[in-house]
Amino acid sequence: MVFAAEEVMVHATDGGWLAQWAWLIVVAPFVAMVAIVFFGKRMPRKGGEVAVGAMGFVFVYAAALLILNITKGVIYQHSIQVAQLGNVSVEWGWVVDGLSTMMYFVVGILSFLVFTYAIGYMKGDVRETWFFAAFSLFVGSMLVLVSAPNLIQLIVGWEGVGLSSYLLIGHYWEEKENSSAGMKAFYTNKIADVGLIIGAIVLGTAVGSFRYSDILDAAASNSSVLVPVAVLGGVLLFIGAMGKSAQFPFHVWLPDAMAGPTPVSSLMHAATMVTAGVYLVARMYPLYAGMASDMRVLIVIIGTVTLLIAGLLAIVQDDLKRVLAYSTVSQLGYMVAALGAGGYTAGLFHLWTHAFFKGLLFLTAGSIIHAVHSNNMSDMGGLRKQMPVTFWSFTSASLALVAIIPFAGFFSKDEILATLGNNGYTWAMWIGILGAFITAFYMGRAMFLTFFGSYKGEAHVHESPGVMAVPMAILAVASLIAGWVNIPGVYEGFHHWVTGRAIAFPSFSTEGFDVPVMLTGLGFALAGIIVAYFVYFRDAETQQARDRVRIPVLWPLLEHKYYLDDLYLATLINPIKGPIARAVNWTNSYIIDGIVNGAGVVARILARFVYGDLDQKGIDLAVNTAAIVTGSAGGQARRLQTGKVQQYAAMTVAGAVLLVIAIVIFT
Amino acid sequence: MSLVQFLVLGAFMFSLGVYGLLVRRNAVMVLLAIELMLNAVNLNLIAFEAALRTTFAGGQIFAIFAITVAAAEVGIGLAIVLLIFRNRRSVNVDELDVMRW
Repeated sequence: MVFAAEEVMVHATDGGWLAQWAWLIVVAPFVAMVAIVFFGKRMPRKGGEVAVGAMGFVFVYAAALLILNITKGVIYQHSIQVAQLGNVSVEWGWVVDGLSTMMYFVVGILSFLVFTYAIGYMKGDVRETWFFAAFSLFVGSMLVLVSAPNLIQLIVGWEGVGLSSYLLIGHYWEEKENSSAGMKAFYTNKIADVGLIIGAIVLGTAVGSFRYSDILDAAASNSSVLVPVAVLGGVLLFIGAMGKSAQFPFHVWLPDAMAGPTPVSSLMHAATMVTAGVYLVARMYPLYAGMASDMRVLIVIIGTVTLLIAGLLAIVQDDLKRVLAYSTVSQLGYMVAALGAGGYTAGLFHLWTHAFFKGLLFLTAGSIIHAVHSNNMSDMGGLRKQMPVTFWSFTSASLALVAIIPFAGFFSKDEILATLGNNGYTWAMWIGILGAFITAFYMGRAMFLTFFGSYKGEAHVHESPGVMAVPMAILAVASLIAGWVNIPGVYEGFHHWVTGRAIAFPSFSTEGFDVPVMLTGLGFALAGIIVAYFVYFRDAETQQARDRVRIPVLWPLLEHKYYLDDLYLATLINPIKGPIARAVNWTNSYIIDGIVNGAGVVARILARFVYGDLDQKGIDLAVNTAAIVTGSAGGQARRLQTGKVQQYAAMTVAGAVLLVIAIVIFT
Repeated sequence: MSLVQFLVLGAFMFSLGVYGLLVRRNAVMVLLAIELMLNAVNLNLIAFEAALRTTFAGGQIFAIFAITVAAAEVGIGLAIVLLIFRNRRSVNVDELDVMRW
């Protein structure tokens, strides 16, 4: 194996041994997975303790890296050549810079807390060991993705995340719906992945290297080789990002992914899956900021459309987890729109705060589901008193999501709105503000229907055990304070964390407080809560009666998810399942099978000839004849062996006499 | 004494031995016939040695070897005959055909 090492150092330390050993956090989850697969069943907690230990290690190491980045700054990159295929150098490596340390930390802390929670949540599950193994694989794949210094390793991690999410969404595969949801997620992502792979090939072959550093250097220096393909490559990579980050029109898989166990939803929505697309756009940001800037308006459009339509969908859901799922889609729309509008920091900052409060929202939802034994809000109500920790955690996370000062989401969402406004996307800013109202409305609805009024369910409600409550409490605090790391004018640390990259940034804007926008956003959010209060707070006999608002045209549209699933079913899936599949089947049965069967028949005839005639009658005849001849000759010859000694002696004498005669004659 | 006289005597003794070997039915007599053939050969060896007078006296040495081997042979041969007699109460060679196919 050839080792090709490269260290990049620009305005920061190289991180020392801490960065050099950072590959350990990528390997740890895989080690845990293997250990769980082989020994998990024999452990008291079915392998969960190994997974939590590995995640704890990842968390501590990532925290150390983050502190290193905050105090000294770190830019380190190491690549090991794995294979050389023609001109393509396949490398494995790890990047430790501002962006990746932030992601390591988000993944590490969320994984650690969610895994701890899962120990309680998954207790007694049918496939506990299997779950923890797949869950570790999930985190490990995400870390491969985040640590990648080149597009090829990113794709490996990307597909690993897709695979493990498929496994985890279909965890309860005994029910058809759940395995279908897993397949839906996988197929939807796969379609988008085609864009990613082609985009990577386009950019990689144009530059001659798949390393980010080379591609982004080429982008920053306006390299002539990249000019013709920059926009195309940018669009293709963004299509891949749209799939993973559930952007319209690829968002359809994410709500169905609720079929998986709740810890999976939590981690998937917070840190390990849907953030991958945002991470990719952020990682390739210099490309989008410079050469591919023509397509940024497309990114903003996709982001705003997503944030609006997904927010509206969240209003009509009865399944609590689906409300949160659409909310995630909507928030991802904010992040993507921000990145598209040039808000590198704003988009990543929202990713950061969103990870904490959305992870927490799913954990609380899981806690409620654990107690109520139902996902539906029509079975809930009045849970505030029985589940105080869950209630207060949910409140903290909701306020963060709704963006109420001083909770985390306020700072990040405000920064996004300010970015959109300052960079000339005023229409997008107004949609974002409308989105803030919608967010507040559906979160208020979820809050009031779940925790207020009277209990509508059957099961006996109880607060979750400590192993679940403690992670929720920690994240509840995080939902409050996570936004304080980037307050314009007060402390702008986050901005410096994530811009510590090996590549100089062509342009980015660090936003100050835009007071009118901030107040408008806050006002809309409060208005959303107030409207939700008037509509949903009052209790009623049944939850259906309570959840009674119906706007004529919009509601049926929303309940059918804009008929998008039906559209896909009609235009993509049914044609494939129907005529195309039938045609393929016909071709298969009659043409391909005909060829195969014909070949089989010919082969059989040939074989019969070879066996029956050539082998049995030809070769065997020769062999048998030789044997028979030898046998009968032996039978005749053995008559010479009479056993009579004197005959032998007579023959010997006769032979001797003949020899003597011969000698006498011939000499 | 000419060489021819010894050779004639030797040939006569050898022919007598062959005759005895082929026609006698008693195994002991067959063994005796073999001894007769061996002695005919010995006679030839000595006669040629005496006639040619080689420096290393090969004929005489060979004759002594032959006598030694003959003694051993007749010892083993008689032992076999004795055991056959004990087992089968007969030393008729026509009846000893158990070694055929």
